[in-house]
Amino acid sequence: MLGVIRNKSIRHTFSNFRHFSSPAKQMTVRDALNSALDEEMSADPKVGEYQGAYKISKGLLEKYGPERVRDTPITEAGFTGIGVGAAYYGLKPVVEFMTFNFSMQAIDHIINSAAKSNYMSAGQISVPIVFRGPNGAAAGVGAQHSHCYASWYGSCPGLKVLAPYSSEDARGLLKAAIRDPDPVVFLENELLYGESFPVSAEVLDSSFCLPIGKAKIEKEGKDVTITAFSKMVGFALKAAEILEKEGISAEVINLRSIRPLDRSTINASVRKTNRLVTVEEGFPQHGVGAEICTSVIEESFGYLDAPVERIAGADVPMPYAANLERLAVPQVEDIVRAAKRACHRSVPMAAAA
Amino acid sequence: MRFISDISHKRVPCYRVLDDDGELMTHTNHVQVSKEMAVRMYSEMVTLQTMDNIFYEVQRQGRISFYLTSMGEEAINIASAAALSSDDIILPQYREPGVLLWRGFTLQQFAHQCFGNTNDFGKGRQMPIHYGSNKHNYFTVSSPIATQLPQAVGAAYSLKMDGKSACAVTFCGDGATSEGDFHAGMNFAAVMEAPVIFIIRNNGWAISTPVEDQFRSDGIVVKGQAYGIWSIRVDGNDALAVYSAVHTAREIAIKEQRPVLIEALSYRVGHHSTSDDSTKYRPIDEIEYWKMERSPVNRFKRWVERNGWWSEKDELELRSSVRKQLMHAIQVAEKAQKPPLEDLFTDVYDQLSSNLEEQERLLRKDIEKHPKDYPSDVPL
Ligand SMILES: Cc1ncc(C[n+]2csc(CCOP(=O)(O)OP(=O)(O)O)c2C)c(N)n1
Repeated sequence: MLGVIRNKSIRHTFSNFRHFSSPAKQMTVRDALNSALDEEMSADPKVGEYQGAYKISKGLLEKYGPERVRDTPITEAGFTGIGVGAAYYGLKPVVEFMTFNFSMQAIDHIINSAAKSNYMSAGQISVPIVFRGPNGAAAGVGAQHSHCYASWYGSCPGLKVLAPYSSEDARGLLKAAIRDPDPVVFLENELLYGESFPVSAEVLDSSFCLPIGKAKIEKEGKDVTITAFSKMVGFALKAAEILEKEGISAEVINLRSIRPLDRSTINASVRKTNRLVTVEEGFPQHGVGAEICTSVIEESFGYLDAPVERIAGADVPMPYAANLERLAVPQVEDIVRAAKRACHRSVPMAAAA
Repeated sequence: MRFISDISHKRVPCYRVLDDDGELMTHTNHVQVSKEMAVRMYSEMVTLQTMDNIFYEVQRQGRISFYLTSMGEEAINIASAAALSSDDIILPQYREPGVLLWRGFTLQQFAHQCFGNTNDFGKGRQMPIHYGSNKHNYFTVSSPIATQLPQAVGAAYSLKMDGKSACAVTFCGDGATSEGDFHAGMNFAAVMEAPVIFIIRNNGWAISTPVEDQFRSDGIVVKGQAYGIWSIRVDGNDALAVYSAVHTAREIAIKEQRPVLIEALSYRVGHHSTSDDSTKYRPIDEIEYWKMERSPVNRFKRWVERNGWWSEKDELELRSSVRKQLMHAIQVAEKAQKPPLEDLFTDVYDQLSSNLEEQERLLRKDIEKHPKDYPSDVPL
């Protein structure tokens, strides 16, 4: 991938609704991922990493040697196939893609082999592998470096699909992914790598691990539920702050896990707030938001006070020109307006009835 | 019983015409180049070099988001273009803008593309340096490495079916030869007897990966024979050698309807791109050596000068005129309007689909209602 080429990253402001018990240390997502990899490699000699850009695996080569941290020729199908084969026979590989866009060159190994072998072998061959790397839109890198693959991998049985937002997520979920006996697709975001988040002592402990399949309520609220994953969690939190000032209390759910999807947390929240806005950077059709919307309509239809609002990337390949790019990806304002539509539409209509 | 060993005793020789001083080597045959052609080749090499230097600076100043130079590979760029005909279809990697330059893509067009403005042939859809122009038979640069190789075989097959007297020419780097697409492309080219030329720029590096970590064979040239393809290794910093090899390869490809592989040895003098700092993984001395001692531009210049075809006065005039043209082109491109809103939606399909029409309508309505939420630099 051609790297971060324009510094347009979103500064995260920590609002007062995030409380941490002890005076929290700050840690970047990059360091969170690096430390998680390091600790898991040190705990289990079978864990190894293939490839390595973006300095996530920085220092690991020096520490664990070229047998366990391998730079490889540029052959995604090759190093993914090697990783899957190594996982069949005892190793626990972590395969890095420069971006998930290039995992398309290797998708047969991920879908047809990694995801299905445990089933096809009747449980005789498990595939404890992690596929990780940046996913989705970065900044100014055009159509072939900006695609979000959450819904692609999320639709495939046999895979687990995680998408961290904060440093806590990155550490806890990467450790969970490495320890998990099944193949895990781990979707990072390039623009989050350099962002710092507060981390508690618990998060920094080498035993720290998060459950796969559990969403996190980042902010409690009562008027509208906003679901998001990866970078969009930050946008949703920003939107919630703005809404708060206008008297709308939004509950922000950080999905963390795309598959399995934490339907119960989402539905419980919607049953409380009666309104739902889903946010993702990927395309709308067959997207993560579409699945969440279906789940809510199936399980909590009677609780909805307004139509579900779905915020997604524009239904076009990502344009390069900065002015059009901004229009093609969700913005905080889009989330604010959607939440207001959901709230205001229902209130006055109910009043008028 | 005899196994074939991993490498043969003798490395495949490298075809050269000019020595390091730009002196014609004895005992090498080559295709003759006229004065007019030689001067044009040299001028375009200098133009490419100057464009790279200036656009690189423009990126460093933060005026464009990204750039990637072809420094050190000017001979491969220009001499191969000079040896081809404009009917030949080019499927580039990304370090071959010189071919487009040779074909008449203007400095202004290069600048428009890098600034992603509304005059860009690509409508601001692609990152800088991802040039493309159908008019110039130059396929739009595509990022996923090596996909252009089997596609070039398909393009060549189409030319073959149409009985055209032209070939497809595709470029890639040493790193790209590790992708499966390289191998599929070579095998299909041989089996389908496709008139395609593979020009592999072996410049020593694939971002930070050196060739020793990329493959263990005697370079790339030996892979051609393994697939049943005529192949040659040339000195990629020797413009006359590149010209002769590509010229001859074209004749073979078209007359005999078969593929040819050319491995051009060179060195990537610049960083991989503006997102890379190559001094982190290779010695500065090595870069300087290739930049100064082995420069393909200087070597060709010495030969042209020796023939009495080029003077210091010509040199000064050329360099200052190219600089001026570039400065002007950059000013114009920087001031030009950014792509309009409608270009967000056009060309997803041949015709705007109803869902896109609907999206555009809703977007315009939203912008009208909430102008503050939207950027002001999108022409509506
Ligand atoms: C499928 C795919 N994998 C990885 C990349 C990231 N990438 C961009 S350029 C490059 C190096 C290519 O090296 P090489 O083919 O030797 O060409 P050079 O840059 O040396 O001209 C890589 C790995 C990509 N663009 N596509």
